[in-house]
Amino acid sequence: MPAADLVANVVVSGILTGLVYGLMALGLSVIFGVVRVVNFAHGEMMTIAMYAATALFAALKLDPFLAMLPVAAAFFVFGYLLQAGLINPFITRPEHSQFMLLVAVAIILVNAMLMVFGPDARNVQVDYQLESFELGPLLVDKARLFAAIAAVVAAAAFFAFFRYTLTGKAIRACADNYLGARIVGLNVKHLYALTFGLGAVCVAIAGCAMVLLVDVTPPLGPSYTLLAFVIVIVGGLGSMGGALLGGVLIGVSEALAGLFITPSAKSMFSFGLLILVLLLRPQGLLGKRA
Amino acid sequence: MKRRQFNKALAVAGALAAVNPFAIVRAQAQKLRVGVILPRSGYLGFIGQSCQKGADLAPGVIKELLGVELELMNADFESNVDTARTRAERLIQEGAHVLVGPFDSGAASAIAQVAEQRGIPFVINIAAAPQITEQGYKFVFRNFQTAGDIVRNGLDLIGELFQATSTVPRTAVFMHVNDTFGQAMAKGINAVLPRRTQLPFKIVDQIGYDPAAKDLSVEVSKAKATNADFLLLVCRLNDAIILRREMVKQRWQPMGIVSPGSPGMYEEQYFKTLGKLSEYSISNVPWYNPKSNMTQRVEAAFKKANPKDNLVFHGLNVGFTFEAILIAADAFKRAKSTDPKALAEAIRQTNITEKMSLGGPIKFNDKGQVEGIGSACVQNLNLLPTVVLPQEAATAKPVFPVPGYKKT
Repeated sequence: MPAADLVANVVVSGILTGLVYGLMALGLSVIFGVVRVVNFAHGEMMTIAMYAATALFAALKLDPFLAMLPVAAAFFVFGYLLQAGLINPFITRPEHSQFMLLVAVAIILVNAMLMVFGPDARNVQVDYQLESFELGPLLVDKARLFAAIAAVVAAAAFFAFFRYTLTGKAIRACADNYLGARIVGLNVKHLYALTFGLGAVCVAIAGCAMVLLVDVTPPLGPSYTLLAFVIVIVGGLGSMGGALLGGVLIGVSEALAGLFITPSAKSMFSFGLLILVLLLRPQGLLGKRA
Repeated sequence: MKRRQFNKALAVAGALAAVNPFAIVRAQAQKLRVGVILPRSGYLGFIGQSCQKGADLAPGVIKELLGVELELMNADFESNVDTARTRAERLIQEGAHVLVGPFDSGAASAIAQVAEQRGIPFVINIAAAPQITEQGYKFVFRNFQTAGDIVRNGLDLIGELFQATSTVPRTAVFMHVNDTFGQAMAKGINAVLPRRTQLPFKIVDQIGYDPAAKDLSVEVSKAKATNADFLLLVCRLNDAIILRREMVKQRWQPMGIVSPGSPGMYEEQYFKTLGKLSEYSISNVPWYNPKSNMTQRVEAAFKKANPKDNLVFHGLNVGFTFEAILIAADAFKRAKSTDPKALAEAIRQTNITEKMSLGGPIKFNDKGQVEGIGSACVQNLNLLPTVVLPQEAATAKPVFPVPGYKKT
C-alpha cells in the first residue's frame, strides 16, 4: 500500500493537470452547448495553441502565461471566422455532414502543423519549469500549479461572462431556444460565431498552459480531442461546471490508476470511468436530462 | 560518322554482345538498391534521423572501400509498426534488393515477416528482441546484440562500475518502456539478475510505462517512494528526457541513473534538451571502437557531411546502420548479383573483421545472428558520452554516486 504522502502528492498532481484538461474540455462543452456542433478538431486546435506558445517563446522569449493573451486573441478571431465562414452553413445540415466537415478540418490542421513545424517534439524552457513548492509532505510542481491557476481564472471569467453580461445571456438564450432567440431579434449566427470564438479562447489558454507540462508534436491533437470528449461526457455535455469536474476526475483517476495498478493502465481507467458514467448517468455528472 | 565507320562500330558491338550474353544481367547488377527503413518522425524520430546519418554516408565510404555502387531508397515508418510493414512492402515493389533498418524491435518483427514472405534479405541495424532471429527465417540477419546479450553485458558492466567506484548499492528501482524492446529487456533482466550473485543489489519495484507518455509524474513519484539506491532504466529518448526533468521537479536524487542497455541518454537530443541535467547518466550499450580504422573513415565522412555535428552523439546509431549497409554491400560484391537468394547466401557467409563496433568479427550464426558484439559503459561527462568502462577502452573514470546524491 503506497504511503499517504505519496497518494496525496499524486492526487494533487492529478487535480492540477485535470484542471487544465477541464479548461480545454470547457471549450468543447461551450461550443456544443450553444452551437450544437461537436468540434472534432478541438485537440488539433489545442496543439496549434501549444505550437504558438513555443514559437512566441523561441522568437520573443515570451513566457507562455503572457503568450496566452496574443494567442487567445488570435484564436478568437480564428474561431469566429471558422464558425461564420465554414460551420454556420452546416448548422441545419445532418449531423454526419457536420462530423465530416470538422474531421476534415482536424486532418488539415494536423498536416499543416507537420508541414510548418515538422514531426519533432518542441517545448519551452522557462526558469521555474523544474522548480517545486514544498508544502509539508507535498511537493507541488510550480509550472503545474501556475497552469492550474490560469485554468481556474479563465474558467471563472467564462462563468462570469455567460452569467452577468448581456452578450453572455444572449448566447445562453440561443442555446436554450434557437427559434425563440431569432424571434426576439438576436443575431444568432453572429452569436454562434462569438461562441465558437470563445471556445477557441478556452483552447488557446489551455494550450499555452499545457505546453509547460508536455512537449508538443503534431500527432498530439487526436488524443486531446478524445480526452476532451471523455471529459465532457463524464461531466455532462454542455455543462461548464461539468467540464471542469470531469477534467479533475479524469486527471485524478488516471493518476491513482498509475499509482495503485500500473502506469500503463492510466487511459484504461479514464475510459472505464466513461463507461460507468454512461451506464449510470448517461447525461453526465452535471448534465441535464434531455 | 561515315557509313563504313558506322558498320564497323555496329560489327564490334555485335561481336561484344555475342561474346558476352550476360552483359545485360551484369549491368543490372552494377548497383545495389538498399531500402532503408527508419523512424525519422514520431516519438523515435530523433534516433531515426541519427541512424539516417549513418545510412547517408554509407554509399560514399563503401564505394571507396569496396568499389560497390549503392542506391539508397529511404523510407520513414513514422515510429509506427503498421507503417513499417507497408513501407517494407512498397520498397520491395519499387525494386529494393535488400532492406536495412529499422532501429525498433516491433518494426523489425513486422519487416522481417514481409522480407521472409517476399524472399528479400533484411539486415537489422538495431533491434534487440530475441524472437526476431528465433523464427527460423532465411532472409533475416541481425548485426546487433539481442536483449539477452545486452542485459548480460549491461549487468556485468554494472558490476564492474560498482567495483571501479568501490560502491555497494543495495536496492534499485527498475523502470522500463512498455514496448516490444522494453518488455524483452525486462524479461531478460528478471531472468539474468538472480543468477548474477556478484551484484549486490535487488530490485525493489518494477515500473513499466507508455513509450509515448507525455507525463511521467506518477511513475517518478512511485519510483521515488521506493527509496531505492539507484534507478535502473530501460528507456527511449523522449521518455528519458521527460523522466529526467520529472526527477528534478520531484527532487529525487538517487546514486545514479544506470541503463543496462537502452538508447536515449547518450543521444545528442538528450544533451541538447537537458543541458547540465544530462550529466552523469550511464548507459551500458553496444558501442563503437573509436580507434578502429573503419571508425576513422566513417568519422571523416561524418564530419564532411555534418560539419557542425559530432559522431560521438550518433556513434551507436551511425555505426550499426553503416555496418548493416556494409554487410549488404560486402555480400553483393561477393555474390556479384542482386538475386535475393544469392545475396542472402552471401550474407550468411559474411566475415568482416574491419568494422566500427566493439567485439569480434561480423559473422552470422545459423539463426542469422552476429555473436560477440561488445558493450561499453558510457557515462555523460562534460556534456559528452564518454567511455568509462571497460578500462582498456575507457577515456575517463566513472563517477558514481553522482554529485548531489542525497539519500531521501
